[in-house]
Amino acid sequence: MSAIPMKDGLNETRQGSTGPVSFYDLDEHEHPDGGSTMLGFWMYLMSDCLIFAVLFAAYAVLGNSYAGGPSPKEIFELPLVAVNTAMLLFSSITYGFAMLSMEEGRQRVMQMWLVFTGLFGLAFLSIEMYEFATLIHEGAGPTRSAFLSSFFTLVGTHGLHVTMGLIWLVTLMVQVQKHGLIAANKRRLMCLSMFWHFLDVIWIGVFTFVYLMGTLR
Amino acid sequence: MNDTLLKTIFGRLTLESLPLHEPIVVATFAMVAIGGAGLVAALTYFKVWGYLWNQWFTSVDHKKIGIMYIILAIVMLLRGFSDAIMMRAQQAMAFNGSEGYLTAHHYDQVFTAHGVIMIFFVAMPLVTGLMNYVVPLQIGARDVSFPFLNNFSFWMTAAGAVIVMMSLFIGEFARTGWLAMPPLSGLAYSPDVGVDYYIWALQIAGIGTLLSGVNLVATIVKMRAPGMTMMKMPIFTWTSLCTNILIVAAFPVLTAVLAMLSLDRYIGTAFFTNDSGGNPMMYVNLIWIWGHPEVYILVLPAFGIFSEVTSTFSGKRLFGYSSMVYATLVITILAYLVWLHHFFTMGSGASVNSFFGITTMIISIPTGAKIFNWLFTMYKGRIRFELPMMWTIAFMVTFTIGGMTGVLLAVPPADFVLHNSLFLVAHFHNVIIGGTLFGMFAGINYWFPKAFGFKLNETWGKISFWCWVVGFYFAFMPLYVLGLMGVTRRMRYFDDPNLQIWFVIAAFGAALIAAGIGAFLMQIFVSIRNREKLADLTGDPWNGRTLEWATSSPPPDYNFAFTPIVHDLDAWYDMKERKAVRPVSGFKSIHMPSGTGTGVVLAGLSVAFGFAMIWYIWWLAGLTLVGIFATTIFHTFNYKRDFHIPVEDVIASEDARTRQLATQGA
Repeated sequence: MSAIPMKDGLNETRQGSTGPVSFYDLDEHEHPDGGSTMLGFWMYLMSDCLIFAVLFAAYAVLGNSYAGGPSPKEIFELPLVAVNTAMLLFSSITYGFAMLSMEEGRQRVMQMWLVFTGLFGLAFLSIEMYEFATLIHEGAGPTRSAFLSSFFTLVGTHGLHVTMGLIWLVTLMVQVQKHGLIAANKRRLMCLSMFWHFLDVIWIGVFTFVYLMGTLR
Repeated sequence: MNDTLLKTIFGRLTLESLPLHEPIVVATFAMVAIGGAGLVAALTYFKVWGYLWNQWFTSVDHKKIGIMYIILAIVMLLRGFSDAIMMRAQQAMAFNGSEGYLTAHHYDQVFTAHGVIMIFFVAMPLVTGLMNYVVPLQIGARDVSFPFLNNFSFWMTAAGAVIVMMSLFIGEFARTGWLAMPPLSGLAYSPDVGVDYYIWALQIAGIGTLLSGVNLVATIVKMRAPGMTMMKMPIFTWTSLCTNILIVAAFPVLTAVLAMLSLDRYIGTAFFTNDSGGNPMMYVNLIWIWGHPEVYILVLPAFGIFSEVTSTFSGKRLFGYSSMVYATLVITILAYLVWLHHFFTMGSGASVNSFFGITTMIISIPTGAKIFNWLFTMYKGRIRFELPMMWTIAFMVTFTIGGMTGVLLAVPPADFVLHNSLFLVAHFHNVIIGGTLFGMFAGINYWFPKAFGFKLNETWGKISFWCWVVGFYFAFMPLYVLGLMGVTRRMRYFDDPNLQIWFVIAAFGAALIAAGIGAFLMQIFVSIRNREKLADLTGDPWNGRTLEWATSSPPPDYNFAFTPIVHDLDAWYDMKERKAVRPVSGFKSIHMPSGTGTGVVLAGLSVAFGFAMIWYIWWLAGLTLVGIFATTIFHTFNYKRDFHIPVEDVIASEDARTRQLATQGA
């Protein structure tokens, strides 16, 4: 705020902006909507990150408590998880392409990339559900041991987030179809983009600390 | 009808769930029902439902939301205090073979409900309400960053309160203490609905708290008036910023840990169980990683209020503004490094205990710096002993005592003796009542004229003040003594008759506090009745220093017709000193957010969802969950969320203000 003269003309009486010291913004312009949205959404993401931090911590504490049940080595199928990881990473790339098209104002191309993103997300969820179903079928469900409780909760919470992301994605595609790439929609797409990449980052953590280090153990 | 069908429809809710065998509860229910019916009838008779719905419930105006938070808190204070006085009466009676009048089953619910309600539904709404009301005005903004979220947050908090209140009449509340520690709170030891009521009330209210935290941080960071750099922010805004950062960085931990507890209870996972490799101490750690920052969430805004009040009523700039800011920041950071002092007895070993003991003691340094800053602000000031200042001085004395017993408890060997004793109970009431609650009373007396355009009655205010302060000492000093004698907390019955006199004194203190609460309600009532005489037309009844006093009382919907430009820390004082002239022409139409009923609908659905989950009514839970999603998605299809206050309306209200000021000779 260097444009505002400070502390001069101490004892003079002035109105509004007529003098060098103004106390009221007489020529105020409307602030565009959504000026705080990105900051607010970042903060939401960080708070969400804390939920994952707690679940990771719980996994770190309970990850060795097998209670006579299976250990990570016995139940994790790395090839399946690798494919799954690839699905999610691809979905992030396609979302990135969607954002590039959005910047260029190419709505139809963007929608196409969003469809790809959604399909990759769906593939990720399907594989995850297949993995969960297999584990439960083998008797390695979330109630078997504290290790499995924390495993299912951590991975399941991530999956729940992806599900929410998919619902959000479909909603946004309808809204873009309806209103076009207006500022409000661009802002929403940007938020979902941050959300989606955030889930990718979390998954990298899950893949590394849960699956890779689990099979090494 | 057969059993399976009934179970499908009503879950585990049966006629036996209604506590018809508890005369105290039945009588309370009768009172609440009659009172509630009377209220509804009166509102209908005077045809104010439409007004309430349009002007209040669906409003996104931060001022109205702030007031609604505080009303919620005052209502819940009455409930939480009823629990307190029941406990005091029980403990004063249950000697010499007398069992008192509360069964163990009921008494355990009472102390749990008291803690939960006082922290989550009294202290939190008071703090959030005052921040909501004051912060946008102090920073020269027209509303918060996300006005709809603000409304939604309030209603989610209210939804949590509704769920707690339901537990009084349908089923029962938790019997676990306010943090619901497992394995006691696990399904094996608490198979009934009590803990589920606890979980869902806190989860639903927690969403509101978290979102209002995000909202206020964004507001303070993004929406300050031009010229208001970080180090020119009023100190209450600073403490609010730190508080809301703490909220955003602490409440998700509570959400996660309660979610794990629910999984243990609902699907049988093994997070906190004794068998299957679970670890109950992990719950204790995690809940205090939220719980300790929560303590500072409650007290930091109060520190901000005391700073504003001391400076205003001493007629001086706050002493050591920047040290105050840094002290606040240090407390914010240290808040995360002390959680283990709540359970030194866990057995984590000497090194770990020493670390947490030392960090805990270090917190008293910035806090002590604050006390000295307030004292130096008063030094050589022209102190006016109005109500807010009286509360502030009572705070300084009381909080210092509470702080010292806190440092005492921070010494691990001493804590091994005093852990879980009434000494601890006395300590935290000493800091929460002496800090937060006194602060909120200072704040309410200080900002009430801003919110309503008239001051609060002083006589009743003073009666309330003296009853509260003296009552506090009578109620809690005996508990220190009892704690040092080794009496543990949460006891319903005592064998040693020598202890009784202390409990009788404490009960007398509680009665004084009851008189204090009564006088406070009387103060509001009398003030409303005499509002003409108590009216303040200047908008600046205390000769204030910050921007909230620059506008009329109550402020117009848009707060400021022209955004103020800030040149100095005490922006409004600076404007008065330099005789800034309020512009009386050239008004423009003002862009404002419009109200919406979505928040009320979502909160209502959340209550139904919580209720369904508590009672295992799965169809209702599914239905309401779908409803919540549908409502949310539907809401996002509404792109027209703002309107313009026409320039004629702005001119009309500003001209009225000009005439009002002219009659004051200003």
